[in-house]
Amino acid sequence: MLQITGLRKVFGSTVVLNGLDLGVAEHSCTALIGASGSGKSTLLRCINLLEVVDDGVIDLDGRDITDPRVNANEVRTQVGIVFQAYNLFPHLRVLDNVTLAPRRVHKVKRAQAEADAMAMLKRVGLADKASARPDELSGGQQQRVAIARALVTRPRLMLFDEVTSALDPELVGEVLNLIRELKDEGMTMLVATHEMGFAREVADQVCFLDAGRVLEQGSPEQVLGAPREARTRQFLSRIIEAGRL
Amino acid sequence: MTATDWQPSELQRGRDAYRRARSRRSALIALISTVVLATVVSVVVGRSSGWDRTKSNFFDFRVGFQGLPELLRALWINLQIMVIGEAFILVFAALIAVLRTLRGPVWVPLRALATVYVDVFRGLPVLIVLYLVGFGVPSLQLQGAPNSPFVLCIIALVLTYTAYVAEVFRAGIESVHPSQRAAARSLGLNHAQTLRHVVFPQAIRRVLPPLLNDFVSLQKDTALVSTVGLIDVVLTADNQKSQDFKFVHLVMAGLIFVALTVPLTRLTDWIARRQGWFGAGGGVV
Repeated sequence: MLQITGLRKVFGSTVVLNGLDLGVAEHSCTALIGASGSGKSTLLRCINLLEVVDDGVIDLDGRDITDPRVNANEVRTQVGIVFQAYNLFPHLRVLDNVTLAPRRVHKVKRAQAEADAMAMLKRVGLADKASARPDELSGGQQQRVAIARALVTRPRLMLFDEVTSALDPELVGEVLNLIRELKDEGMTMLVATHEMGFAREVADQVCFLDAGRVLEQGSPEQVLGAPREARTRQFLSRIIEAGRL
Repeated sequence: MTATDWQPSELQRGRDAYRRARSRRSALIALISTVVLATVVSVVVGRSSGWDRTKSNFFDFRVGFQGLPELLRALWINLQIMVIGEAFILVFAALIAVLRTLRGPVWVPLRALATVYVDVFRGLPVLIVLYLVGFGVPSLQLQGAPNSPFVLCIIALVLTYTAYVAEVFRAGIESVHPSQRAAARSLGLNHAQTLRHVVFPQAIRRVLPPLLNDFVSLQKDTALVSTVGLIDVVLTADNQKSQDFKFVHLVMAGLIFVALTVPLTRLTDWIARRQGWFGAGGGVV
């Protein structure tokens, strides 16, 4: 479904993605792991066309979406993204956060959009918070709203950018449960995460990013259990030291 | 790993070429539409029946340039008023803004006073303030009250603009997230120190564009001091007009003001861009 070849992205003199290759099959969940600065976030931002790539191809359903002639807004309706810092609109109620894109981009009538949004909020367990402002919610609740906001337009591919990194440990579970359910429903997902336990349990493939490339790629058992590369072993041992595996 | 040992792929070269072609086409369209518009305007205006008379009255730049040295000498008054006024405005406006953000019952009278002041002077037209201060204060014949029109004009403009700028500052102060205040207070800084070292520096950065906007506006409004008899650029141009009945002198005065404000506007844009206020956080959207 998604085939990335030779992706390159440079910020100033820093090469963040350096000829990265990655394939994602439909209905699969791919976990991206790696140290900070290894390019996980940049990769996701490139797939959502929030960054202009410097070389390489991102092929989504047989079409090169990095082509400058492609309508980025149309691509983004098929690709949802959830950010580490939630990025909810603080001036809008929870419900309006969720209905914004359906109403303004997809021209859904208000009543219909609000019904869809309520159904989606019920799904993430926040129907009773529909008229609250984002800053009245906990981090975990905000992140669930962000997920509802991304899901409501029915994207075919979901990108999660360290969505639990800003959350208290006790709130991580509610967000990960939601992603788990999505996986069971067959959503195609790309998940950048530091939650190795979660990656092991949910992901179909795990990719270890290092210096802007996929250094090691395979089943969770292989990459997390018996890593081939020295860099991967080093990274995982640090994670174990930090008590997070 | 550096950016130098890398050659763009065939595909990427194609994309770059496409983007270059697009920007060339945009430039060409801009050029053509500019030429078309300029032609239309010049034909329409040039064909109007009064164009010849208007031209000799308003655009006889030969006459205009003869009056220019005198205008530039008079400009000195406007510049002095502007620079001295701005210095006072900055200080007073910061003070008023801080007064308006003070919490606690002790400060109620001061806060109310500041609020009333801002309400009144933001609402009053500059011209009326100039008349009231410029003619009203001398008519009191108070011992020690200034009666030089120069000082009175500065007072009038400072009174008006302090109200505007105070509101700009206050907006900036209130835009700094409460967590910043909490962090500063948690380190033991008192209210004043928190304002001075944490809140104000962030606030100023955010309000610099609207602040400079107000200064450009002040720069223009120094033209109004001619109404209380100060011989500035505008009054000088008006006098020249009375001698040869040519409006070109006022056009010249106008051009001088434009020439003054353009650099300030560009400076604002440049500072804003350098600070990364446009598109903060990076990315293309």
